[in-house]
Amino acid sequence: MQTKAGVLVAYALQQLINGVTLGMIYGLIAVGYTMVYGIIGMINFAHGDVFMIGAFLSLIGLTLLAGFGMTSVPLALAISLAAACAIAALYGWTVERIAYRPLRGSFRLAPLISAIGMSIVLQNFVQVSQGARDLNLQPLIPGGMAIFEENGFVVQLSWMQVVISIVTLALLAVFTWLVTKTPLGRAMRACEQDLKMASLLGIDTDRTISLTFVIGAILATVAGMLFLLYYGSINFFIGFSAGVKAFTAAVLGGIGSLPGAVLGGLAIGLIESFWSGYASVPYKNVAAFSVLVIVLIFMPSGLLGRSDVEKV
Amino acid sequence: MSARPLAPAAILRDAGLSALVAFGLFVALIGLRLVPTDNGLALEQRWRALLAIVGAVFVGRLLMLGWRAWRPAGAPTPRVLAESIRRSARWVAPLFLLLALALPLFAGRYVIDVGILVLTYVMLGWGLNIVVGLAGLLDLGYVAFYAVGAYSYALFSTTFHFGFWTTLPVAGLLAGLWGVLLGFPVLRLRGDYLAIVTLAFGEIIRVVLINWTSFTGGPNGVSDIPRPTLFGLKFNGSGDPDTFAAFFGVDYSITQRFVFLYYVILGLALLTNWVSLRLRRLPLGRAWEALREDEIACRALGINVTVTKLTAFAIGATFGGFAGAFFATRQGFVSPESFTFIESALVLAIVVLGGLGSQLGVALAALVMIGGTELFRDFAEYRMLVFGIALVVMMVLRPRGLVSGRVPSVSLGKPKEIAADLVAQGRG
Repeated sequence: MQTKAGVLVAYALQQLINGVTLGMIYGLIAVGYTMVYGIIGMINFAHGDVFMIGAFLSLIGLTLLAGFGMTSVPLALAISLAAACAIAALYGWTVERIAYRPLRGSFRLAPLISAIGMSIVLQNFVQVSQGARDLNLQPLIPGGMAIFEENGFVVQLSWMQVVISIVTLALLAVFTWLVTKTPLGRAMRACEQDLKMASLLGIDTDRTISLTFVIGAILATVAGMLFLLYYGSINFFIGFSAGVKAFTAAVLGGIGSLPGAVLGGLAIGLIESFWSGYASVPYKNVAAFSVLVIVLIFMPSGLLGRSDVEKV
Repeated sequence: MSARPLAPAAILRDAGLSALVAFGLFVALIGLRLVPTDNGLALEQRWRALLAIVGAVFVGRLLMLGWRAWRPAGAPTPRVLAESIRRSARWVAPLFLLLALALPLFAGRYVIDVGILVLTYVMLGWGLNIVVGLAGLLDLGYVAFYAVGAYSYALFSTTFHFGFWTTLPVAGLLAGLWGVLLGFPVLRLRGDYLAIVTLAFGEIIRVVLINWTSFTGGPNGVSDIPRPTLFGLKFNGSGDPDTFAAFFGVDYSITQRFVFLYYVILGLALLTNWVSLRLRRLPLGRAWEALREDEIACRALGINVTVTKLTAFAIGATFGGFAGAFFATRQGFVSPESFTFIESALVLAIVVLGGLGSQLGVALAALVMIGGTELFRDFAEYRMLVFGIALVVMMVLRPRGLVSGRVPSVSLGKPKEIAADLVAQGRG
């Protein structure tokens, strides 16, 4: 009996580790959604596809460097991540410039439709240019450690999971510093509170919004690379599912709230992993979405969101 | 995007910058292509394609800015174009109806088949128009109701051998019921939350359809769905006395079935149109339009907002269900693959491009989008890419749709058009 309980605990712990890892990736993407929503009040539907493009760019970079005979894995990762971030940032900037900026001040549905169109464009662009097949990468950060063993069940913590957690936490720390302490962060928060007032006070709102998209794209690219390294397989369609779940995470945490996005990401990751572990794998998305619906019904502004009163 | 014309030097500089950005965007994704080989991934180089695209961006930008700078004075702007479309609506709509009625008389089987497809989307568009265009509720999961209708007919007909005409109302009712079930908890949410919850609901339905194998057949779907009959007359070449060909003593040809299906969906679509035009004149329809314009004012006037929204949702869903049942009988086969998010996006795009609330606009948009993608069938790979680009371009050039602006259904004194830019949209 004692050992049976031990196995149960070990199993739960393993799901916890997997869920937190997954949640970190969702959180990174969710931050991009929540930032854009906070500032211009639109769902940037194409954000999930920027994540997908980030993953592809990372894979291209890694393959290119391997082709040049680079053997040092950390160096190759760093170089291709930097290059991927630069190009993906350009994608974030261009998407905003082409599809959203001309529509600022237009009616509410217009940017959303445009974003859906942009998402279709990016997805199919990658499908046409890189093919529809799954592309695989052999694990670059293999191995891990066994935390403890209980009656034959080993709780594993892979180095990849450690890397994901460290990178995400470090990035979020930098990002928090950026938002709270720098002039750009101040401008972003000002735009979030009142776009018109911010521009009256001399903030270049167009530039601030563009930079918000650039930062979001960089975070999504890091998430894309982590996804690529963790799962080892990508295709042009990964952006949709990850994007919807990350957006769910952002809403769950209270859209517009940065800690909320991370919390929501963790919650979605945990729900998915525990549901897969204890109930059924195919229905994991149903579980995540159902939780979203339930939370929204009882807490319409999410876990950490401000409840705003609608005024005439 | 300033509308101010630029000097030639500035135009050249701008085009050069655009080309530079294009180079940055495409250098990795077009210049290099990942190819899986036996020993890992390899990269194929395609610098010529990259050069062509960057060159095209440069020339395109040059032409665009040049056109803006030296546009002939009399050239029609999109706005004027749309104005004239709207003004001519009085005679365009009956003309289109006549054309639609007469199409099977002179068109071949392929054109009729495309016509059936277009009309299915016209019907879906009109159904969603009730939810989005009239009541102003942003629904990103409309395809869920389409799926409920399709599977209702598929399962009723294959399990209990119900006919199409018996099941059609049932499919509509079930879809409407799902609309109420979903709508009841979520309609209190604000616009964007409503959008994401409906999207989630669409995904939930699809996942259930894929995985509940014992009930829905899983990814394989349901096949051998019976075709509809004309008062019990079947459309096949068996020569039995209860077939259409034998009863009327004509030779069987497969075109007969297509023509029949065409008129069925035309009838269903016109029914949708008629119902929504009539509903707009009822107190309920007026409440929808009022709700779309200002929810708070509605509450203040004592309109029951929840019930009003719920009826819009349920009626829209019912028509989605009808369209779904038709889809099932036309295909003879349903599978979860037909009910992805892209379908919802497509129908929403049709409604939005057509101009929210405009019946003629929705029909035109469905014709352009579905007929247009049919034309691109030879370039199947690029079809969705072109569709996506068209969505973005349309939004940037004419965010309020082909036929924009709305005349209120009722008004005190002379009807005055509400400029679309004064209307708040999608505030759930």
